[in-house]
Amino acid sequence: MNLDWAHFTPWASLAGGIILGLASAIFILVNGRILGISGILGGLMPPKGGDTFWRVAFILGLFTAPTVFHAVVPAEYITAPRIDAAELTVVAAGLLVGIGTRYASGCTSGHGVCGLSRLSPRSLVATASFMFAGFVMVYVMRHLNII
Amino acid sequence: MLYKNLYRLTEFLVGLLFGLGLMLSGMTDPGKVIGFLDLFGAWDPSLALVMGGAILVGFFAFTIAKKRTTTFLGGVLRFPTNMDIDKKLLVGSLLFGAGWGLAGFCPGPALVSMADGQPKALVFVLAMLVGMLGFELMDRLVHAPRKAKSESL
Repeated sequence: MNLDWAHFTPWASLAGGIILGLASAIFILVNGRILGISGILGGLMPPKGGDTFWRVAFILGLFTAPTVFHAVVPAEYITAPRIDAAELTVVAAGLLVGIGTRYASGCTSGHGVCGLSRLSPRSLVATASFMFAGFVMVYVMRHLNII
Repeated sequence: MLYKNLYRLTEFLVGLLFGLGLMLSGMTDPGKVIGFLDLFGAWDPSLALVMGGAILVGFFAFTIAKKRTTTFLGGVLRFPTNMDIDKKLLVGSLLFGAGWGLAGFCPGPALVSMADGQPKALVFVLAMLVGMLGFELMDRLVHAPRKAKSESL
């Protein structure tokens, strides 16, 4: 196995992960909710009365993150995201992620972080499945040259 | 009323904190996500540390939450009640994983990246919303007749 040392960011990723854990911790212990992005967003598709504002407040918080991040972190420490997929591929990916996460009732945050943290067998199966599909998809794209 | 506004503030702040965590961790960089999923190429293990760090903290939090009957503010603890490991869970997760590997975006990072002004993230989010709405409509079509019948009984 070859490691991509040039892009490996152990400390930033570990610190970022701890922050994701902290946010999930506050959300369950203070708000009493599971922090799952696909569920929070999907619950707005379409919006239901009495179950909307908390979702909107959370998503507005997410939207504010880039502004705060750029204000706090000096520009020379920020690397531009690499988005290599073509537009049509991005559309297909978005459709798959939208349908798949709702069908499975969760994504990387709800099943991957919260579910594994509370030792849910259901979330373990979900996480193993989406990781497996991700590995296969990238193998097909990068090493079989089909897509 | 004040209490309700306090909740809206905590939800906003948790969303902000989560978004900052996503950006710092590298999850908002699809190249990094695909680098992690590329086991047979030049592998970038960063995302394993993201998951490890998050679960380390999350495990303690959920261990505490499981022992409690209410939140710290005395509110309801909403734990998921669905325990079924069924076809829906498997097929949905496989579809999601395929889409995740295809572009390197999952829902949270895509929303943050869109707010960061990335045009392709906007395209992804729009497609994702269409997918979510499509699922909702499909689900209603499949379940509506059965529900109507059980209600009439």
